[in-house]
Amino acid sequence: MANRKIRVLVAKPGLDGHDRGAKVVARALRDAGFEVIYTGIRQTPEAIVEAAAQEDVDVIGLSILSGAHMALVPKIMRLLKERGMDDVLVLVGGIIPDEDVPKLKALGVKGVFGPGTLTQDIIDFICRELGLETMPAMAAAQS
Amino acid sequence: MHLPDAVDTLISLAREGDMRALARLISVVENDGTQARQVVERLFPHTGRAHIVGITGAPGTGKSTLVNAMARVYRQRGHRVGIIAIDPTSPFSGGALLGDRVRMRDLVGDPGVFIRSMATRGSLGGLAHATDDVVLILDAMGYERILIETVGVGQAEVDIAASAHTVIVVEAPGLGDDVQAIKAGVLEIADIFVVNKADREGADRTFLALQTMLGLGPRRVQHHGRTMTVHEEAPAPDRAWTPPILKTVATRGEGVDAVVDAVEQHREHLRTTHEGQRREEIRIRRELYRILQDALLSRLMERLPPSSLDEVIQQVTSRSVDPYTAAQQLIARAETQPVTR
Ligand SMILES: Nc1nc2c(ncn2[C@@H]2O[C@H](COP(=O)(O)OP(=O)(O)OP(=O)(O)O)[C@@H](O)[C@H]2O)c(=O)[nH]1
Ligand SMILES: [Mg+2]
Repeated sequence: MANRKIRVLVAKPGLDGHDRGAKVVARALRDAGFEVIYTGIRQTPEAIVEAAAQEDVDVIGLSILSGAHMALVPKIMRLLKERGMDDVLVLVGGIIPDEDVPKLKALGVKGVFGPGTLTQDIIDFICRELGLETMPAMAAAQS
Repeated sequence: MHLPDAVDTLISLAREGDMRALARLISVVENDGTQARQVVERLFPHTGRAHIVGITGAPGTGKSTLVNAMARVYRQRGHRVGIIAIDPTSPFSGGALLGDRVRMRDLVGDPGVFIRSMATRGSLGGLAHATDDVVLILDAMGYERILIETVGVGQAEVDIAASAHTVIVVEAPGLGDDVQAIKAGVLEIADIFVVNKADREGADRTFLALQTMLGLGPRRVQHHGRTMTVHEEAPAPDRAWTPPILKTVATRGEGVDAVVDAVEQHREHLRTTHEGQRREEIRIRRELYRILQDALLSRLMERLPPSSLDEVIQQVTSRSVDPYTAAQQLIARAETQPVTR
């Protein structure tokens, strides 16, 4: 498609109200040339999946610091599957114990990013998974 | 089930109420001019029923919160509501941060509401290039009221006036020195003024400032620190709509019923005077211009070798030719050349 833009939903499910990390990632993704839909804190799985559907996103980034990831992520993944949206790339960022990482991946989560992650690593990961040669901002500058 | 690519299939799925197919159709018109054309051709016969409301105003005045509250009122009155929330694309990265949904959470789970965030992308005007097409899609899918939020900076306000039937300008206290904070252009485009954050100190002053600026007869305004007398032209009889000024506390939904009432009154005004017809003509004229511009530009580009634009840019950069002459040369070259690609 002529000017296809990659659209990313950044959401914070669960009850904790700290969205500084999620906002940092959202801004970094914008600066990398993505269209980022930021939905804010305390989102239910239903609200996240509905927003992802209406916004027709390619990527969903979930920020979970509350420790409730094993309750929230399975639900989100199930709702995505029910809507035929299991082709959307799902990433989880936040405080995730090592032993939960394989469980999340088994659910279909493609990338799990801990607190120290560089935003560039997330950008590179998305580009790799989506088969982009460079990040969109670079591609725009070159054209 | 993953979504099919074919526009026709997407349209029939969307018309059966498939929200993802509708969302994908919107992406299609945003991304691809040729496919946008297909979509518009198919859907145009099903359009013309929606009332389009533009909501604009300075950053942070509470536009998204108001849209959220208005959509709730419309839902109570049995209307289906489409929302388009537009934010600027960063000119540096081409990316965008679209955050209006944060204030629109009350609408989650209601199948009678569809919300879409849009970036302005290449559009100079500030209104997303594809807005008109997205409005058309929502109209065809039976959304009876379409609310478009744009940040009121620069050209966007004027653009939204051409896209919407009813324009709401949102002001709020605490955004600088009352009268001066109210930008000149908005007075001409507003059909309804909303002073939001009426719970905040200074809302009365904002209200009075607006009233003064809208007052009939000669009025005095501060312009760059100087007091000037401004003479109003008498309103044409057909345009005898006086924009109401309404106070709201959007966060609590206070006053929002009255805003919706005013929109419906304005809709009625447009239907019963020539003004509605006049606006529709302006809207369609603008849309045709846009389509013609795009079509002519791409036809020109098709006839030029890919490198020719770069060559000309180099010549202008090095000052060996001026940009007008360069453009004329490109056109002349395209006209004598058969399609190369
Ligand atoms: N006190 C008060 N705060 C309000 C009211 N309406 C909105 N706000 C707050 O004002 C802030 C901005 O509201 P938004 O609805 O995001 O404003 P906006 O005009 O859409 O902002 P942008 O899209 O960024 O230009 C939020 O913190 C709202 O909660 C109101 O009536 N009273
Ligand atoms: Mg907003």
